[in-house]
Amino acid sequence: MKIGRGELFAGRTLLLALMAFTILPFISIFMTALHPANTVPGGLDWPAPPQWGNFVEAFKVANMTTLIISSLRIVLTVVPVALVISTMAGFAIGLLRIPGSGVLLTLFVFGLTIPFSGLIIPIYFLERAVHLYNTKFAIALPLIALYMPFAVFWMRAHFVNMPVEISEAARVDGATTWDLFRSIHLPLAQAPIASLGILMSIWTWNQFLLALVLVEDPSQRTMAGALGAFQGHYAINVPLLCAGTILILVPTLLVFVLFQRQIILALLQGAVKG
Amino acid sequence: MRTLDNRPAALSVSRRTHINKWVRREAFVGWLYILPALLMYAVFVLVPFLLTILYSFHRWNGVGPMTWVGLKNYVTVFQYPDLIGTIYHAFWLIVWFSFIPVGLGLVTASMINRVATGQFGEIARTVLFLPYVIALVAAGIIWGWLFSLSGLVNQILKVVGLGSITRAWLGDFNWALSAVGIIGIWVLLGFCTVLLSTAISKVDPALYESARIDGSSWFREFLAITVPLLKQEIGVCLTVTVIFALATFDIVYVATAGGPGNATSVPGLQIYILAFAQRNIGLASALAVMLMILVVVIILPIQRLNQETKR
Repeated sequence: MKIGRGELFAGRTLLLALMAFTILPFISIFMTALHPANTVPGGLDWPAPPQWGNFVEAFKVANMTTLIISSLRIVLTVVPVALVISTMAGFAIGLLRIPGSGVLLTLFVFGLTIPFSGLIIPIYFLERAVHLYNTKFAIALPLIALYMPFAVFWMRAHFVNMPVEISEAARVDGATTWDLFRSIHLPLAQAPIASLGILMSIWTWNQFLLALVLVEDPSQRTMAGALGAFQGHYAINVPLLCAGTILILVPTLLVFVLFQRQIILALLQGAVKG
Repeated sequence: MRTLDNRPAALSVSRRTHINKWVRREAFVGWLYILPALLMYAVFVLVPFLLTILYSFHRWNGVGPMTWVGLKNYVTVFQYPDLIGTIYHAFWLIVWFSFIPVGLGLVTASMINRVATGQFGEIARTVLFLPYVIALVAAGIIWGWLFSLSGLVNQILKVVGLGSITRAWLGDFNWALSAVGIIGIWVLLGFCTVLLSTAISKVDPALYESARIDGSSWFREFLAITVPLLKQEIGVCLTVTVIFALATFDIVYVATAGGPGNATSVPGLQIYILAFAQRNIGLASALAVMLMILVVVIILPIQRLNQETKR
């Protein structure tokens, strides 16, 4: 292979520059978060001495304990339900190939093109009408539905690629559809289900518009929804705002670093097959 | 264990009716599996979708009676620069959120393939991807601070001798929307890079090797191999990022709230303000319908192009 030294240097410099562009914002808010509260430091000024207490302060001020519980409750409602129903739907469309599968798939895929802001107004009025607004399920229920296009599509992509022989052999042995689903295909689908679950957990944690519109009390929202309210109150206290932001994005970054492979795979395959 | 191979070649009539019955039962059971997902989807996506269209033909404040006004809300959207302007802004954001990340992502991915095949490339991909997993609200807050008067952007400009152009970027009528665009690049570059770089790794390495033995430059390799063979993935990248650009809400809400004036107002934000602050449900819905039509109108040609390259 002939790649000149000049090119190696230029290429790697470009990559390093782009990595710096990506990382510097994180470093900047981290530095800022360590400055004394209510000061306006420069973007990369070294804090002397670092005010680690800002994180504790932000944790208290943002009512973080309540918030974590509320966010986790929403995640733990949305993700399992969404996983179960989308896996079943993907199984019916991709593997059982029930009549109308094609139409159903198109119907779900159509949902991928709808921005949430196109649906939020009627969802708000529907929730008011059935007294779901501002309750524990105000965010969770519509969110499960809004994930269906991606989730069903993603699970169907898995089931449609399963060799027919597996199902046929089981059928000949007298397996019912439920046996087929429960004992044979569910264990085989563990990997895509896990990826989808991680992805939907992050999306739920980060969900903003639904939280903003459907729940009045910021401490009953998702993490991102609460962060929006926190910004409203502490816009002038930059170090505290930065500390709060870090507290909220650290869990997603951790999950990403831990499950990098699954997340990237899920996102890419979901996108490519779309 | 019996296998399917010893099934008689021709099925008897009785057997066939039996199978027909079985197939019908099977279909019924299959529908039971799809029902929960379909029900949720219908209640919270399909019905609201139709309701948005219905609202858009009415004047309604959310509590009183609805009045049918025909296409008047749509006419209003076109008449007021504040409203139709959000659509123009959305188009401008497509350049920043879609064209630049896809173009730059393509260059970056091919660079990784050429000069950083080992661990360095792996690290670069991971690092670039980070902004994509954090909440967009957090991205908005981070950049709101970076673009402020004493923020990092101005600090860097001063260091490189451009101190004269420093300003509060998100508060500047001419620059605010492009500054929002930079946030979009930051969030989406990693997604495009990783998607395209994965696609490159699936291209037959012999193609690249023979090009390199011939000593072809990065640029020639890029134009002759990478771009043509990645057409489909480029289409996917464009589709995802265009939808992302048109659906922008979180970043703008947090970083600029649409300001200064209406300089960075986008359809998503304007829909929210019209519906939940001004209680003008009809007008908000008309803008929402136009947004949804816009997404489909822009996505369809990209998809068609993709279908053709598949063939």
